[in-house]
Amino acid sequence: MSTKPRIRLPDNARIGEVIEIKTLIAHPMESGNRRGNDGSLIPRLLLHTFTAKFADREVFRATLHTGTAANPFISFFIKVPGPGEFEFTWIEDGGAQVVERQALKVT
Amino acid sequence: MRQRSRITFILLAYSVAAGTAYAQQIKAVDEVRIDAAMRAAFPKASASADWPPRLKGDQSMQACSQHKDAPPSELARVIAARESASIQYPADGKLSGDWRRGEQVAQSGYGLRFTDYPPTRENGGNCYACHQLTKQEVSYGTVGPSLLEYGKIRKFSEADTKAAYEKIYNSHATFPCSLMPRFGANGVLAIEQITDLVALLMSAESPVNQP
Amino acid sequence: MKIIRKNVCAIALAFASSLAGAAQAQQKSDAIEHELETYRSMLKSDPWSNPGMLDVDRGETLWKTPGGSNHVSLEGCDLGLGPGKVDGAFAALPRYFGDADRVMDVEARILWCMEKLQGFERAELLTHPHPGPGMPVKDLGAIATYIAYRSNGRSFAAAFNHRKEKEMLALGEALFFRRSGPMDFACSTCHGDSGKRIRLQPLPLFSKPDEARKIVGAWPAYRVSTAHVMTMQHRIYDCFWQMRLPEVELGSDVSVALISYLVKQAEGGEISIPGMKR
Repeated sequence: MSTKPRIRLPDNARIGEVIEIKTLIAHPMESGNRRGNDGSLIPRLLLHTFTAKFADREVFRATLHTGTAANPFISFFIKVPGPGEFEFTWIEDGGAQVVERQALKVT
Repeated sequence: MRQRSRITFILLAYSVAAGTAYAQQIKAVDEVRIDAAMRAAFPKASASADWPPRLKGDQSMQACSQHKDAPPSELARVIAARESASIQYPADGKLSGDWRRGEQVAQSGYGLRFTDYPPTRENGGNCYACHQLTKQEVSYGTVGPSLLEYGKIRKFSEADTKAAYEKIYNSHATFPCSLMPRFGANGVLAIEQITDLVALLMSAESPVNQP
Repeated sequence: MKIIRKNVCAIALAFASSLAGAAQAQQKSDAIEHELETYRSMLKSDPWSNPGMLDVDRGETLWKTPGGSNHVSLEGCDLGLGPGKVDGAFAALPRYFGDADRVMDVEARILWCMEKLQGFERAELLTHPHPGPGMPVKDLGAIATYIAYRSNGRSFAAAFNHRKEKEMLALGEALFFRRSGPMDFACSTCHGDSGKRIRLQPLPLFSKPDEARKIVGAWPAYRVSTAHVMTMQHRIYDCFWQMRLPEVELGSDVSVALISYLVKQAEGGEISIPGMKR
């Protein structure tokens, strides 16, 4: 998980506006069902949870399973309650986390 | 208006001439230069004796390459005669083998790629890459014609069985500069495998010939 | 006469039914291809979610970060428009470079700059230069993806004016039709006709500019089946693998010649990177 995840927020937003947030992270999302060239099973390694907090309140949560493809793209919508900062967390099998923060410009 | 149409004509004539000159120019490439470029581009070819010959086609393939697979009729005759002479037949004379094994050969693309060494199984013919064969297999290519009901159409005749064998062994014997690999002559498939493919095409029980 | 007519009828019937079966499979393949095209055009209008963008980002970081034994960034690298000038450089490649005295595509040029400017070992860069399935594209490929991305929206416009550029084009065309190896394959064996496919994979006819323009500008592309970006050099390496030839060296004259031919055929075609492939 070395490349920084991509996050897209609108350049600015108004209070009460519904906006779309897009995220993209590099990850093999190994399901544990694939076999290598030698025939042995490649162990499962997934990002199992994605959460988004805005102004310290959780606004979105997703649980990912073996059906999610590598390099997952997750997007969701919120209604802007006021100014604040997003905090996105991806949690991997085994507990490793990637956390990214980005402020939302509210006019 | 007349001035504009004259300029247009001049521009058109120039572009046609330039295009023709360009087309003529790109034809002239020194074979020695190509050979040298190929040797330099594949440094790992020297690793074993198997590889350097792959960098250049044989006499027939050189002729086909030069004519973009559309040889003039006299040259086509020469190629057909040369390739026809390469055909070897099964020792027992049985041209049609086991269609079940034939289907496996047709499905498999294994063999001769640089990741297929040391080989862990026999080479495949990869027939489905280019052809439709059975009705059941929908994942088929269209580079070659459909072979669905191949034997049925030909009434399972002995003559067509022989023709099918020869076609797979060396397609250039009957179609000079055919796109189809010379499976027998190039040692891609064993004679037994070719007879299994013949059975796949020509035997009445084969799924290729089921409605 | 009756026998001939019966045979003709039988053949016609068989042909019609095989056509029906073929038409069905073609319809299915067309329907799939149509949906893929819809998906691709949606991606093109908003390419943000293409996972290849992560490699564009990585490439940009690599371009700007000091590296190699000389510990310098690639921002001094001349891609043909002057040192460090990135916008539009990919659209003008391949081209002749005086300092190297040869024609180079984007990957050959980045290889040159990584070696000469940054002090990377050329032999190391040429060993396993392409990723295996599931592995991300290597650094050189990521940089190439970034550079190509910075020509998005432009058309292929390599000039092919210089004598050596013209020679490369001629070599590329000759190589395209050159049959060899145990399968007697040339590039033209698969890419020599319109509307054909290998299994269910459609094959573009590269000698036809109309088709070349639609395809060449999508490379480097994100390959869904291997979950990584594949560059044009890697794509050609893969072709030679399938043709039962050995491993073609990254940036070799053969690879640059073929890329020159493809780019010339795609002249005027739009660059839209990263593409999205099966």
